[in-house]
Amino acid sequence: MSLRKVLPGSPGTMARLLLLVGVVALSGCGGDYPQSTLTPLGDFAKLVDDLFSGTVRWAVLVFVLVEGALIYAILKFRARPGDAEPQQTHGNALVEVVWTIIPAVILAFIAVPTVRTIFQTAEVPEDALEIEVIGHQWWWEFRYPSEGVVTATEMHVPAGQKVVLKMRTADVLHSFWVPQFAAKRDVFQNKYTTMWFTADTIGRFPGQCAEFCGIQHARMHSWVVVQPPEEFAAWVTAQQVGSPLVNRGVVAVDTTQAPAVPDSVVIRGEAAFVATGCISCHAMVGTPLAGQLFEGNTNAGPNLSHVASRRHLAGGLFENTEANLRRWLRDPQGLKPGSNMRLPRPLTDDEIDVLVAYLQTRQ
Amino acid sequence: MATSALEHVQAPAAPKTGLWSWITTVDHKRIGILYGASAFAFLLIGGLEALLIRWQLRIPENNFLSAETYNQLFTMHGTTMIFLGVMPLSAMFFNYLIPLMIGARDVAFPRLNAFSYWVFILGGLFMNFSFLVNAAPNAGWFGYANLTSTQFSPGLNVDFWVIGLQILGIASLAAAVNFLVTIVNLRAPGMKMMRMPMFVWMSLITQVLLLLAFPVITVALVLLMLDRVFGTGFYVPSMGGDPMLWQHLFWIFGHPEVYILILPPFGMVSEILPVFSRKPLFGYAAMVFSGTFIAFLGFGVWSHHMFATGMGPVADSVFSLTTMLIAVPTGVKIFNWIGTIWGGSLQMKTPMYFALGFIALFIIGGLSGVMHASPPADLQQTDTYFVVAHFHYVLFGGSIFALLAGAYYWWPKMFGYLLDEGIGKLHFWVAFISMNLTFFPMHFVGLHGMPRRTYTYPAGLGFDWLNMVQTIGSLLLGVSFLIFLWNMLRSHRGRVANPAPADPWNGATLEWSIPSPPQEWNFAELPEVHGRDPLWDLKRARGGPLPEPALVSGQGIHLPNPSYWPVVTAVGVGVVLIGFMAGGVVVNLIGVAILFFGAFRWAFEPAG
Repeated sequence: MSLRKVLPGSPGTMARLLLLVGVVALSGCGGDYPQSTLTPLGDFAKLVDDLFSGTVRWAVLVFVLVEGALIYAILKFRARPGDAEPQQTHGNALVEVVWTIIPAVILAFIAVPTVRTIFQTAEVPEDALEIEVIGHQWWWEFRYPSEGVVTATEMHVPAGQKVVLKMRTADVLHSFWVPQFAAKRDVFQNKYTTMWFTADTIGRFPGQCAEFCGIQHARMHSWVVVQPPEEFAAWVTAQQVGSPLVNRGVVAVDTTQAPAVPDSVVIRGEAAFVATGCISCHAMVGTPLAGQLFEGNTNAGPNLSHVASRRHLAGGLFENTEANLRRWLRDPQGLKPGSNMRLPRPLTDDEIDVLVAYLQTRQ
Repeated sequence: MATSALEHVQAPAAPKTGLWSWITTVDHKRIGILYGASAFAFLLIGGLEALLIRWQLRIPENNFLSAETYNQLFTMHGTTMIFLGVMPLSAMFFNYLIPLMIGARDVAFPRLNAFSYWVFILGGLFMNFSFLVNAAPNAGWFGYANLTSTQFSPGLNVDFWVIGLQILGIASLAAAVNFLVTIVNLRAPGMKMMRMPMFVWMSLITQVLLLLAFPVITVALVLLMLDRVFGTGFYVPSMGGDPMLWQHLFWIFGHPEVYILILPPFGMVSEILPVFSRKPLFGYAAMVFSGTFIAFLGFGVWSHHMFATGMGPVADSVFSLTTMLIAVPTGVKIFNWIGTIWGGSLQMKTPMYFALGFIALFIIGGLSGVMHASPPADLQQTDTYFVVAHFHYVLFGGSIFALLAGAYYWWPKMFGYLLDEGIGKLHFWVAFISMNLTFFPMHFVGLHGMPRRTYTYPAGLGFDWLNMVQTIGSLLLGVSFLIFLWNMLRSHRGRVANPAPADPWNGATLEWSIPSPPQEWNFAELPEVHGRDPLWDLKRARGGPLPEPALVSGQGIHLPNPSYWPVVTAVGVGVVLIGFMAGGVVVNLIGVAILFFGAFRWAFEPAG
């Protein structure tokens, strides 16, 4: 009982504490949170956020009233020396009916906008840019069927244009999440799920897989890259070269150019790309199997035809720099244990030099 | 039968001690203590797993745990806390209290009760044994298909989980039947349904939920086992199966499971608040009906766990509305609790602290629940730390706080001495503060975009400091359990000097009318009940406290014999199932033989 003196004695401490917790938590709203759902920048995300904000307002009101009543009761009805036995009430029909109805009414104020938003967000817009999103353990693939583009990890979209995502997985369930512009949807092998959004803000916006999908779930990042329409069009044109979706990856030989120098970075790189087995999983412009590998969708790695144009690699594990590429080619299983990037055999230093130089030319 | 009854008359029961007496016991109180001790041990293991998780997440890009170890730890943390911690802690209170509260000498099927415990402990040990062979389950407590298929989870990890959960399910089902029959049939004369203590009511509803929900998870697990062991394709899309089937089955079980975890704590709080307010529970009938309504609705909301799967706007709307509807009866309960303390004379003892803390925290969990009952909002929040915050407010702030309230409240009845009040209040404040420090920031880190079940996170997303706060909070939360252990130890040392009276809190229910701890037969004479608060009625009629009940010899009281056949039968159940994972059909058959032999001997054993 000697401890009693050092303890926060009164239940009023509970009130002060709750206040403190609230203040600490609210300060969490400042600062820089690039993956946040609380600063929506797209139409879909704004619909969601409006709905959520409305619910939060009701929740705060209920929180203050109910916790207030609780704390008031604890303070007011605390036993005092010589208390008589309190009045033995068993209930009060009127009060009980009232406090059953009031929450029901509040819920109606939440339910109506909820159902409205459900139907608003379920309507898939027409005339939108369609992007096929494919989840893989542990990276995201993005295909633009009409544009003939296949890329990974970074999804480019033109600013101001509606985008419809048709989503599926090549292996287990994942969940594609665009917190700034839309929300998230799970992806399945045997059906397509959809989500749509319009992005108006130029920039790079991170997201990541939200459904637990195995050992490297934490390393399955993605970015939405919002570009001005002209820039996006230029990006598409560049990505189309050697795309598995365009002429099965076969690029017409440009006879106006001088023939390739036998000892160039590209020629040696292509040879190494084939010889070391990269080609068995990765499509690559200029190599013989660029398109054919793309028929199925299992165990294929990202299309590397334009790998140098991406800022992040390996499902967002690291930035696309020479040093990181080198480390990745030396020991992918050490950097991302369990990943499907398995080298048929360890690469020699020479091979790594050649491949890194080659990959860096693949703009 | 006649002979053994005669033996009892001639030889007054000597106090039973020793390991063998615990293994063969069929006394609901001893089985309750076994449940409690085992569940508390598992709770500490689950807590340790949580601390390792928090230590890994305290800073970005941490290498303290490998991805594989982290995934095993979060899977086992969830599985352990739900199936081996909170559920069996409730089972401890079912076991210990239901017969005492309804004025019975034991449960309806004492040996089945022992069987339930032994199957449970076997399942729990089996599941944790996986750590020793470095193959702990690693696909999440929800085990979503098709990650759990042999193609994507070839190791034994998922097998440990599938088999372990099936073993535990058998324990839960056997116990549910037992308590259902006990409550319906063994009530003391005069204890009508609408006079039962609220804890008994909530326990009854929980048994119905168990009985209806566990067959569903069993079916789901059997299909998964068939997929894994016999190469069927119920959940394998490339074979025409559907991962959505798993999700539906799992959550048809999984959502009622949430109420299995919270309704017994609701019942405990409904016992504690009136006693420490010195006035009866406010709105008894409304409490019964709201509990029933919650349980009923609990079977109609499962798809709110699946809004992100794209079920379409109609299904989303329906499941959203049924989910929001649950907030109404839940609100009724909270208001009735506040109504109970309103106008009372609040005795601020440790159980009351925890019970009030429970209300305060459960409100927060309830409100965040309404937030993601809204499917569009849930599309942002699901699978983030926001959800982790939500269910820790209802499961830790809710269930665990109520269980701690119950532990402090019924400790003197179970062990014959009170836990220390000073340390108890210290325990409360450390737990209350650190609980909020750990889980409140999770709302924000979740809304700011941190997904669940990720073994690490990059710097630069703003998650760092929020995670550090959570980790500091979780360490303090660990300290709160050390304080609880310290309290047990210290109070145990002082037990001879400070024995608890039969009725230390001025209780209202029958368990306080008998000695602390109760004698083996509970009631020398079966009590007669005339109202909802039988002991208060008696004390009021007498105009003061009742005299300390005398210990009696128990001569002529008919009690069931101890038996080891439930243990043998339980081992048989375990061996049958383990055969699906290791050893093959020979092991299955050995298990079947043990099971039948045990059940046969059990059936023909004189029950006493």
